[in-house]
Amino acid sequence: MSKAPVDYLLQLADNAVVLGQRNAEWCGHGPILEEDIALANVSLDLIGQARLLYQLAAARIGGDATEDKLAYFRDPAEFRNYTLVELPNHGALVGYAAADMDYATTIVRNFLYSALMALQWEALANSADEELAAIAAKSLKETRYHLHHAADWVVRFGDGTEESHRRAQAALDHLYRYTEEFWTPSATEDAAVAAGVAVDVRSLRAGWDALLAETLADATLVRPEVRGYVPEGKHGLHSEHLSYLLGEMQSLARAHPGATW
Amino acid sequence: MSSVEDKVWAALEHLTDPEIPVVTLRELGILRDVRETADGLEVVITPTYSGCPAMGQIEDDIRASLEEAGIPARVVTQLAPAWTTDWMSEEAKEKLRAYGIAPPHTTPKDVSVVNFVRRAPKSEPVVCPQCGSTNTVVSSQFGSTACKALYKCLDCQEPFDYFKPY
Repeated sequence: MSKAPVDYLLQLADNAVVLGQRNAEWCGHGPILEEDIALANVSLDLIGQARLLYQLAAARIGGDATEDKLAYFRDPAEFRNYTLVELPNHGALVGYAAADMDYATTIVRNFLYSALMALQWEALANSADEELAAIAAKSLKETRYHLHHAADWVVRFGDGTEESHRRAQAALDHLYRYTEEFWTPSATEDAAVAAGVAVDVRSLRAGWDALLAETLADATLVRPEVRGYVPEGKHGLHSEHLSYLLGEMQSLARAHPGATW
Repeated sequence: MSSVEDKVWAALEHLTDPEIPVVTLRELGILRDVRETADGLEVVITPTYSGCPAMGQIEDDIRASLEEAGIPARVVTQLAPAWTTDWMSEEAKEKLRAYGIAPPHTTPKDVSVVNFVRRAPKSEPVVCPQCGSTNTVVSSQFGSTACKALYKCLDCQEPFDYFKPY
């Protein structure tokens, strides 16, 4: 059986766990009760997907590797997630400025990411790596609902009130440039394609563009132009935000290594 | 099927889903197989949603029941083929309805991601489990658990859960 490189599994897992942690910040703070519950459920799915991938990676690393060690005892520079998923739940800030969480930012991010991952999981469900294909087939079912949920709210916000439209467009303007990272393959992704276990991510772009075009048209939102900036999160070069996110996520496990409930 | 496998099925027959205590693990398709291997008996389970918090409880329940029945068997998790609501028996769906949860429709076949997100084609209506009306509307795509959506009946005005096709 062909096997996906461990680094490739970690990239998929890191994306899921970091976005799961970000979305979970809404738990108890959602704009309405139904959305509070929805975001918690999306987070649960993402963390569940991350666990399956970390378990598979740990089994392939062997020795004393475990899913917990991979999630809680690697430092920010070892994480391979897209910069997009680690950004805070609000727009760009300058200096010491602070901002409230913004639901439009969360929704637009989930839309951009789940549109990619629905297509990615659909392709990976046919991977020659049977264990990865099994995880992908499950994740696809869940990610479709994430995409459905996010696309629905992108339309409600974009085609809603003047204020909701303004915030959705601002979130799209802020986040869209980070998606350039999706389409610039890393050495890890190239290796996975060469090993016959993954598809070239660039082949998914037409489908992603079609998903965006349709939803953004319904939402009366305008897709911003990109100006060449390519983030390098999947190479381990992250924004400052990842360190704070991991600091919170990893603190308990590091304060009490090996603790169990 | 050998008698020892029958004994395992019998010992686990009463176990129900921790979140939906009216349907058994077998009816839901979570309890997948009992088989004899070179290393002894194996009970095969499959997770529903990747992050379903009930899976840990389900595994514990199975272990406890096996121990009580004095059956030495291992519990193993199998992911493929991925669990689907299509594995739910008709009896299970009827029990869900009686419990107040609208049972899942059959999952659409061969729907590409691009088509799935399109809102245009109206699929078959979700029937209110209280009054049987088809005049229902979704209030949230995620309900009390990841596997359910929250609906409202516009005739009897009752909110209800819909078990989503997966």
